Amino acid sequence: MTTIAVSRRRFHPGRAFAWVLVGVFVLITLFPFYWMLRTSFSTNGALPSHSNSLLPAEGTLDAYRRVLGLSSVSEALEKGGSTASVDFWRYLRNSFIVAISTTVVQTLFSALAAYAFARLRWPGRNVVFTIFLSALMVPPIFTTLPNFILIRDLGLLNTFLGIVLPNLLMSPFAVFFLRQFFLNISTEIEEAARLDGAGHLRTFFRVIVPMSAAPITTLAILTYVAAWNDYFWPLLVGQDENVRVLTVALGIFKAQTPNGGGPDWSGLMAATVIAALPVVILFTLLGKRVINSIQFSGVK
Amino acid sequence: MTLTSTARRLRRPMFRERRRETWYAIAFVAPAAIGFVVFYLFPAIRGVWLSFTDYDLFSSGEFVGGANYAQIVDDKVFWNALLVTAEYVVVNIGLQTAVALLMAVLMQRLAKSLVIRGILLVPYMVSGVVVALLWQWLLDYQIGIVNNALDFVGLPRQSFFGDPALAILTVAFINVWKSMGYTALLLFAGLQAIPKDVYEAAAIDGASEAKAFWRVSLPLLRPVLALVLIVSLIGSFQIFDTIAVTTKGGPVNATRVIYYYIYDLAFNRYDFGYASAIALVLFAILLGVTLIQLRLTRANKSDLA
Repeated sequence: MTTIAVSRRRFHPGRAFAWVLVGVFVLITLFPFYWMLRTSFSTNGALPSHSNSLLPAEGTLDAYRRVLGLSSVSEALEKGGSTASVDFWRYLRNSFIVAISTTVVQTLFSALAAYAFARLRWPGRNVVFTIFLSALMVPPIFTTLPNFILIRDLGLLNTFLGIVLPNLLMSPFAVFFLRQFFLNISTEIEEAARLDGAGHLRTFFRVIVPMSAAPITTLAILTYVAAWNDYFWPLLVGQDENVRVLTVALGIFKAQTPNGGGPDWSGLMAATVIAALPVVILFTLLGKRVINSIQFSGVK
Repeated sequence: MTLTSTARRLRRPMFRERRRETWYAIAFVAPAAIGFVVFYLFPAIRGVWLSFTDYDLFSSGEFVGGANYAQIVDDKVFWNALLVTAEYVVVNIGLQTAVALLMAVLMQRLAKSLVIRGILLVPYMVSGVVVALLWQWLLDYQIGIVNNALDFVGLPRQSFFGDPALAILTVAFINVWKSMGYTALLLFAGLQAIPKDVYEAAAIDGASEAKAFWRVSLPLLRPVLALVLIVSLIGSFQIFDTIAVTTKGGPVNATRVIYYYIYDLAFNRYDFGYASAIALVLFAILLGVTLIQLRLTRANKSDLA
């Protein structure tokens, strides 16, 4: 006991080196985000001459004004922006619409299905579940091509419905994830509810859902982050400005090189800050739960 | 006679209850099942059909037999794409696993703090598009901070995205940065699951920290490591966002990975038939990789069990 305490306190070159490594990893992770912030508060014209300064180059909020559509075209041009209209308020709103609707509906229907797979007895249950699971094996692009044709034929290109529909009703992962948790709930509580005369629907909402609040929340966060960050599908079906989500808007913004000069870096960094911030905030508030569930999936 | 009728009378409510339960189950599964059939099952079948046609988004598409598959065999761009993807996967997975393993060991041996784990996970939570744009700025040839740093230590500036020899490595590196914290967290969980007494026994036997890692941690971590490898490997084959934002497959075809090639064929050249055939080949490759991996994993079932 004492020897351990002593050896802990003694300076240990190996341990010190290990701590330095930890510091390096944290620095490598955080510095790019710092640089993103720093650039977003900079003036474009001053970036080349202050390219090594740790502080914003001629600090200003112009970049944010520009990407939020608050400055006039001539003003934007003058500050190294492009003539194309950018309105990240709108893209932010669109991303919220897509991510929130996907999260709510997909989690609800996946949970209902997971409950039926975990708790109800019905013929063909395991076969149907296995077929659901097999979808996890298919690379998304293989089904994306026909899904694009379907959405186009339904006339849903450039609509919110077209963007959310393929992921709205279920995700194989969500069904699988929740089923694992529902399987572990003790049957006694459920039976007690049934004896009290509660139907299946009531048992689900009054017993199963409250008891699984933690995994359902975790799943909802993961679904939200995935929907928020998705680029491929909205790029295909939602380029129109009215439904353009942040990821697609960033790609288009990047492609609009201003007349003369390089890309509008401070504007681009301001836009990435806007796109990243909601997820980072969500993660800061609920990160502990996400970390624990990822670790859980690692051991299982 | 009376006995069986009593039994039947007793069983009848149970039968009815079973039927009720089945109806409820059908109602509960229905929305998800519709989503599954319409957006997973039906497109999968349609995708196979498309791969045998010359469908191009505007015509109805004629059945062309195995022509698309015959075309793949002679398609130099396809083979190059496969090669570039393989290069990306090897660099990405190799580097990521090595770095993540180091991070996981550090997390377990000294930095158990949740905050540190949280910080290291942030890049994984942020969109691939954001990460791609951020690194394109950091690596900018003229005024990017990384090139400035190279300049400072006396190394030549590098055109990270413009140099064909560097482009795919750059993309691989960016995605290592994005996912290393996530992979480390999975491996950390695996390390935590190894019982303490194994280490104690090793320490009593006089094993050094390094030896304990190679002889105890690593072998016992193998099942988790295998699982993590297979999941990240499959994800790695589907690299798209970074390339779509930065290089768009270039310079020349240096970063035209298979996913981007399929996208390009379908949505820039409207060659859905041919694109579907390549997507199916990709599916077959991933299935093969998974099966090989699963076999290896099963052969190495946890030494703890």
